[in-house]
Amino acid sequence: MEKIIELKNISKSFDGEAVLKHIDLYIGNSEFITLLGPSGCGKTTTLRIIGGFEKPDEGDVIFEGTRINDVPAHKRSVNTVFQKYALFPHLNVFENIAFALRLQKCPKEEIRRRVKEMLSLVALEGFERKNVTLLSGGQQQRVAIARALISHPKILLLDEPLGALDLKLRKDMQNELKNIQKQTGITFIYVTHDQEEALSMSDTVVVMADGEIQQIGTPIDIYNEPVNAFVADFIGESNIVDGVMPADRTVRFSGHTFECLDGGFAANEAVDVVIRPEDIDVVSPDQSPLTGTVTGVTFKGVHYEIIVDVGGFKWMIQSTDFVEEGARIGLKIGPDDIHVMKKSRYSGLYGDYSSFSDELDELSDADKVEE
Amino acid sequence: MKTLSKIYLWLILALLYIPIIVLIVFSFNKSGGTGGFTGFSLYWYRELFRNAEAFSALKNTLILALAAACLSTVIGTAAAVGLEKMKSRHVKQVILSTTNVPMMNPDIVTGISMMLLFVFVGGMLGMTEKLNFFTLLIAHVTFCLPYVLLSVRPRLRQLDRALPEAAKDLGCTPVGSFFRVELPNIFGGVMSGFVMAFTLSLDDFVISYFTTGSSYQTLPLLIYSMTKKEVKPDIYALSTLIVAAVLLLLILSNVLGGRERSKK
Amino acid sequence: MRKRSLLSTAAAYPHIVWMVLFIVAPLLFVLYYAFTDPSGAFTLENVTALGSHKTTFVLSIALSVIATFLCFIIGYPLAWIISRADPGRQRIYMMLIMLPMWTNLLIRTYSMMAIMDDGGFLNGILAALHLGKVHLIGTKGAVLFGMVYDFLPYMVLPIYTVMNKIDPRLTEAASDLGAGGWRVLTKVTMPLSMSGVVSGITMVFVPSISTFYISQKLGGGSFELIGDTIERQFQNETTYNVGAMISLVMMVLILISLAVMNKFSDESEEILP
Repeated sequence: MEKIIELKNISKSFDGEAVLKHIDLYIGNSEFITLLGPSGCGKTTTLRIIGGFEKPDEGDVIFEGTRINDVPAHKRSVNTVFQKYALFPHLNVFENIAFALRLQKCPKEEIRRRVKEMLSLVALEGFERKNVTLLSGGQQQRVAIARALISHPKILLLDEPLGALDLKLRKDMQNELKNIQKQTGITFIYVTHDQEEALSMSDTVVVMADGEIQQIGTPIDIYNEPVNAFVADFIGESNIVDGVMPADRTVRFSGHTFECLDGGFAANEAVDVVIRPEDIDVVSPDQSPLTGTVTGVTFKGVHYEIIVDVGGFKWMIQSTDFVEEGARIGLKIGPDDIHVMKKSRYSGLYGDYSSFSDELDELSDADKVEE
Repeated sequence: MKTLSKIYLWLILALLYIPIIVLIVFSFNKSGGTGGFTGFSLYWYRELFRNAEAFSALKNTLILALAAACLSTVIGTAAAVGLEKMKSRHVKQVILSTTNVPMMNPDIVTGISMMLLFVFVGGMLGMTEKLNFFTLLIAHVTFCLPYVLLSVRPRLRQLDRALPEAAKDLGCTPVGSFFRVELPNIFGGVMSGFVMAFTLSLDDFVISYFTTGSSYQTLPLLIYSMTKKEVKPDIYALSTLIVAAVLLLLILSNVLGGRERSKK
Repeated sequence: MRKRSLLSTAAAYPHIVWMVLFIVAPLLFVLYYAFTDPSGAFTLENVTALGSHKTTFVLSIALSVIATFLCFIIGYPLAWIISRADPGRQRIYMMLIMLPMWTNLLIRTYSMMAIMDDGGFLNGILAALHLGKVHLIGTKGAVLFGMVYDFLPYMVLPIYTVMNKIDPRLTEAASDLGAGGWRVLTKVTMPLSMSGVVSGITMVFVPSISTFYISQKLGGGSFELIGDTIERQFQNETTYNVGAMISLVMMVLILISLAVMNKFSDESEEILP
């Protein structure tokens, strides 16, 4: 794949606080890449460096083989869809979209034609004369996309563009954005804190935390083969327990030895073991060495979310079968359900559901949207 | 209680307006003075219109107000933009506090302080006429600046910070982005700053009194010199015309302002 | 967080230069003149010269304090009444209060003169009623009346602005909790409108203490206020220095009273037209 943009050893700090630490990343042409991470992880700063709104303290930004550190935003063929759209309130829909072309002194006829094209791309035909401040969030979003795409940029940067929309609209826009990206073939760099959004839209996901890249990979890789406890916890739900690897394909945790598919660790190396809640089967206690007491059951629609106390450690299981609170059950885990990771600085911080609460989870999500 | 409030309100309003109304009524009095109304006459208006001084003072006042308003609006708007970009809160506070000095200081102090500067510098340069149109203009711009900043800065702060970035992102140079995006969006504030500066300049007497030379007389200065002499009802006529002009402008701006509001 | 380019802060430079040249420098000149004699040599003579203006200072302070107090007594209830009228009417009332403010001070003062003059409107009426004449021009009462008449709008406007911003739910909550009209006023509205009162007092006190036109016209030249004294010193180049010293003292006086005022209100927001 042809590289369109490359970040080499990028560092950036604000007021002495390091926001990005030695970021290395390349992005291929026509790729849909997502920078995913919690608020303050540096994803927006990375985007702003690519857009030319911030200069890195250290490192190079390479665009199609040339260093562009010192090229200002208005000279980069990179356009941005801003978090709150940043539509020009004094201009109508047509003039907002035509903004870049007016600057390039395009002939009137061409402007009219291209704006029309854009309006049909984002399904806003007939909105030319509308006041942008009176549009709905979704419509404003579309205008912002059309405005950014009209001058055919090589790269489109999207900074949490769906953050302000409600859930239903968000899902529709996700599909639409993906379609627009496929139609235009433009490289999309998308920033979000929503892991579901990242997984369903991207060709490549870059997981970031604390100013560092944690993992780069396809959505499937990221989900199935998280490199550390942070990624495992941030992407989907995970039970993360301490374990040791006595030998390849064997892992010991929760007082029992299990067969697994991982290898390449030193003998008896301490590891983090990830088991996804949906991979655990509920069986009767005598059918599995791993047993526990059900402490909580929540109906989630597609499945039940079951919290099980296994020797003091709370596991989460997602199962379509109902179990009684207080029941004793066995947890059946197959070799391919187990994923072993090297210990990292995130070990022990995530993956225990003892203080788990849905409400808390949603609250912290809402905080992130405010970002 | 309700009626008591109403009576109080209208009583004060009446007291506020009686003198002005008396002035207007007696500007049409055949005999001079306000002791008694002896008959309707436009004599004092004719007298006023025969007064060439009044017309040149009116012209001077308008030229000065326009120049002061333009200059202070340009400098003040640019300053508001620059201050918004300024990093140090401390420096910003010092600049703003200093800007507001002419607003807080008594006009007479502002007037004499500038007069001292002009006289001193003019003396150093050996000028014969140390005070003139330009010293007056400088003084007016100075006391208008805080009001321009006062009306532009809130608009600028309300402006979405991402807008100039979006403009640059789409290919605008920083300067281009100011004229294409920021200025149109703060234009209301800039205009109200301009109007404020214009009216303040029109209205100013005290500061002008100390900073103008003999060659440049404005309307308030003319009124002052007229009232220094004995009471002459042509001042009533002039005042009536000024009050009428102010009333007209106020009504006009309210009608226009109301229309603007209903559009939004 | 955002990096700002030097280019854009430069937009403020003309203003900064202007400020230094025409606000800071002139004040330094006042200071310079206050402590020099007409030949430019350092002297403290101007300080001693202040002694002969003591009565003027006392009279000015007394009149402006009384005028400010009267404006407050008249203006506060007025602002309160207007703020409780229905919104459409509020606009009209405030327009009516503001209109005289937009009319030149000279004209307003002169119109007072037309009323109070010996051969003026009031005496005309009294004469018509065979009630004899009153001599008003030249009395301190006339000057006081002029100050209140000229500056009352400056008191009403800031107080009204602040009252208008008070969340109506607060007063509703207070009456809901059992406070009567009077208690709502004293326990909720008054404390919340303090910042408006402070600006109002400032906006009346400063022009009152420094006026020279009102005292000239309505005082009829029978006594002098600080403003008159300063104005007189600046008629003649030889007395600039004394004038500068008196101005300096007045400025310091105002600064001190403003500082004291601000202590009275926690929020010293500026409310201006």
